[in-house]
Amino acid sequence: MSDTEAPRASLEDLELVDALRGGDETAFMRLVERLQPQMLRLARMYVSTVAVAEEVVQEAWVGVLKGLDGFQGRSSLRTWILRILVNTAKTRGQREARSVPFSSLWSPEAGAEPSVELERFLPEGQEWAGHWAGAPASWDGVPEDRLLSHETMRRVGEAIEALPPNQREVIRMRDVLSWTSAEVCNALEISQTNQRVLLHRARAKVRRAIESYLGPEEGEGA
Amino acid sequence: MNCIDLVELITEYLEGAMAPRDRTHVDEHLAECDGCTAYLEQCRTTIRLTGNLTQEEISPEAREALTGVFRRWRTTSA
Repeated sequence: MSDTEAPRASLEDLELVDALRGGDETAFMRLVERLQPQMLRLARMYVSTVAVAEEVVQEAWVGVLKGLDGFQGRSSLRTWILRILVNTAKTRGQREARSVPFSSLWSPEAGAEPSVELERFLPEGQEWAGHWAGAPASWDGVPEDRLLSHETMRRVGEAIEALPPNQREVIRMRDVLSWTSAEVCNALEISQTNQRVLLHRARAKVRRAIESYLGPEEGEGA
Repeated sequence: MNCIDLVELITEYLEGAMAPRDRTHVDEHLAECDGCTAYLEQCRTTIRLTGNLTQEEISPEAREALTGVFRRWRTTSA
């Protein structure tokens, strides 16, 4: 399965690294704009305040520039940069003597709620126990401009912000920023399984938020 | 396989992370179950909508600080 293999640097990555080595400030700032917000979010998970996280991100960029000559393209450029960020944040977080061990940051919490409310399924003892009692409506009939409306997108954004930080950052990297699963695992040094469980729980909650906004009857009979 | 089990496997299914035999079980269930088929489509729509969120922007202060970082590095590495 190709998705478990960490992707190597693309031609675009290698060209970008060449531009940076050559001192191309515009190329650098484009890269910064693309990665900085997510780097700040991730750094914040390892250190105590936003101000410290901002320092960590800046320190990481210094590390990226100094390390450019050592970039060999064995991973994508953004994965390589995030690894520098995570390592910088860990070092800083250790100095702060945080009480939460970093290894547990990306472990899915035990006892998660089910993806779908149990009342939506037929109870034990019935012939069709465990099958849908209230099946989800098809959204095929929901007009595209309603799906992509400002209000729907606002609710999607709110649902993501309300997630536990580890679920929130995984769904942001995977579904907002379109990183591959291998890139996320490699950058954050987490297992495929943990990443998938976090993503699963995050997506389930976002789906529920959309469903509760559109309403279960929405799209029926379309 | 019940619907209640299938909804918990949906990400593994969409990620292509299932063993072929398990995947076949899911496909067989989906072929007969309108509810789960609708659920799968809702999940795909959820992923698509999430992908439409606008990315955050960098603050002007951070942009300025990093321009400085780059210029200092360029000077010292030249």
